[in-house]
Amino acid sequence: MNAKLQALFRDSRFSGVVLIALLLLSWQLSAMYLVKTPTWPTVARIFEAWFENIADGTLATHLLATFWRQMLGYGLAVVLGIGLGLAMGYYRALYNLFEPLVEVLRPIPGPAYLPLLVLFVGIGHEMKVVLILVASLFPILLNTYSGVRSIDRVQFDTARTLGLTTLQTFRELVIPAASPQILTGMRISLAISLILAILGEMIVSNDGLGYFVLLSQRTFKVPEMYAGIFTLALFGYALNRLFLLIEASLVRWHHESSGRI
Amino acid sequence: MADYLVVDRLEKRFTSHGRAAFRDITFSVGQGEFVALIGPSGCGKSTLLHIMAGLSQPTAGAIRLAGEDISEPRPEMMFVFQQYTKSIFPWKTVLENVRLGVKYQSSVSRQALEKICLEHLDLVGLGRYPHYYPYQLSGGMQQRVAIARALARRPKILLMDEPFSALDAMMRAELQDLLLQLWSNLRLTVLFVTHDLDEALYLAQRVILLSASPGTIADEVAVPLSYPRRQIETRSEPDYLELRERLYRNMVAQVMAGRVNGP
Repeated sequence: MNAKLQALFRDSRFSGVVLIALLLLSWQLSAMYLVKTPTWPTVARIFEAWFENIADGTLATHLLATFWRQMLGYGLAVVLGIGLGLAMGYYRALYNLFEPLVEVLRPIPGPAYLPLLVLFVGIGHEMKVVLILVASLFPILLNTYSGVRSIDRVQFDTARTLGLTTLQTFRELVIPAASPQILTGMRISLAISLILAILGEMIVSNDGLGYFVLLSQRTFKVPEMYAGIFTLALFGYALNRLFLLIEASLVRWHHESSGRI
Repeated sequence: MADYLVVDRLEKRFTSHGRAAFRDITFSVGQGEFVALIGPSGCGKSTLLHIMAGLSQPTAGAIRLAGEDISEPRPEMMFVFQQYTKSIFPWKTVLENVRLGVKYQSSVSRQALEKICLEHLDLVGLGRYPHYYPYQLSGGMQQRVAIARALARRPKILLMDEPFSALDAMMRAELQDLLLQLWSNLRLTVLFVTHDLDEALYLAQRVILLSASPGTIADEVAVPLSYPRRQIETRSEPDYLELRERLYRNMVAQVMAGRVNGP
């Protein structure tokens, strides 16, 4: 193998893209010649179904429905998590008041709230939003208060010698200093919020990608089911990439000072 | 004014173990004076400086500035920390860091503030770096930013807590000379904490030696060396060497005593 090709495989993710292409190809071939069953359609057939559902707007409608409820729940979790987290991180009394409660509630897996929420909030749109909110809240909350609590004493002393008020200290010191960790929490929760949105839609819903995937499976539209899953993969990937871009521009100083870029 | 900044029978106990960090510390600093405070590690000299800045409360005694008691940070006293990587905020540019010290205080326009900040960056030799981030600067330059930020507030007193101890020898010498120059040009009063005997003697008009824990004042010497001081010549003058020997012997004695009485 020549040096250029070696460098291509070592230094870029070219090999990773090749692997995905090879897997799709072996899927196609196995479905054509080895496993001839309706549950294992060819990749070509899946793409066909995919394009049909893109063309008639079905996938866009469901994607938007999912995105909308995900963003509602996630947005509320961000506002609540950062707000409460900043207060808990800054005021020791609030930390001591709420931290044990957070530690008790945190280990409960998000989906476990579902039966409870059905009882109290019903099976509508609100239930899914609240489910997403509850599950996305804790990573943001935890990362926010631990980010604030790990701010160095010297930095608070600096703010005091410069005569900053509490509000100014939050603006100039607390929020920027904690922002790398807050963003880490937000990124974890972004993935969680999509999981819970899909779960909620699979349990009870009449729109959204979760609903589409499950309905396709139940009505034996197997290629459509796969097309829905492919859409989710792309959607999740795009969300994460977008988030990383925003994060990098917001806390560039952090990556640079810790030598990560 | 000889009794400009007064430390009066100051004592600090740490509640956790009840031991005194220091006790019965009394001295005063005159307006425009440069005083160095040295002592073995653990003698409480840094704690003392924090209390003087109003960042921490004493268990007994008082700090007075021009006759007034101090219990919280005052605009006429600025503190320069040893840990410049912390005290300079890494998410702000050099200019934004300096502006942070003045933007909430004055009613001047944004442009006027910026001009003040740039002037003070010029004073510390950073006039060409206003838009750099701290991680793009050397340690010495970062500490210069901290000094510029302190000076932009037009303080009368600088309280400096081992500000150069994390720097390499050349940078330290450069910043020592810069500090002396600023001190005389701006008629500042400086109280400088260090564990480095040579640094204390090179910079100060008066050196106060604290004993090992619990710290008390063990010795106090006037430094009769003229300004401007020069890194090589000053450090080889007979007066310098004599004082250095006296303080060195005394400091070793304090360290040894601290080991016998210590925890």
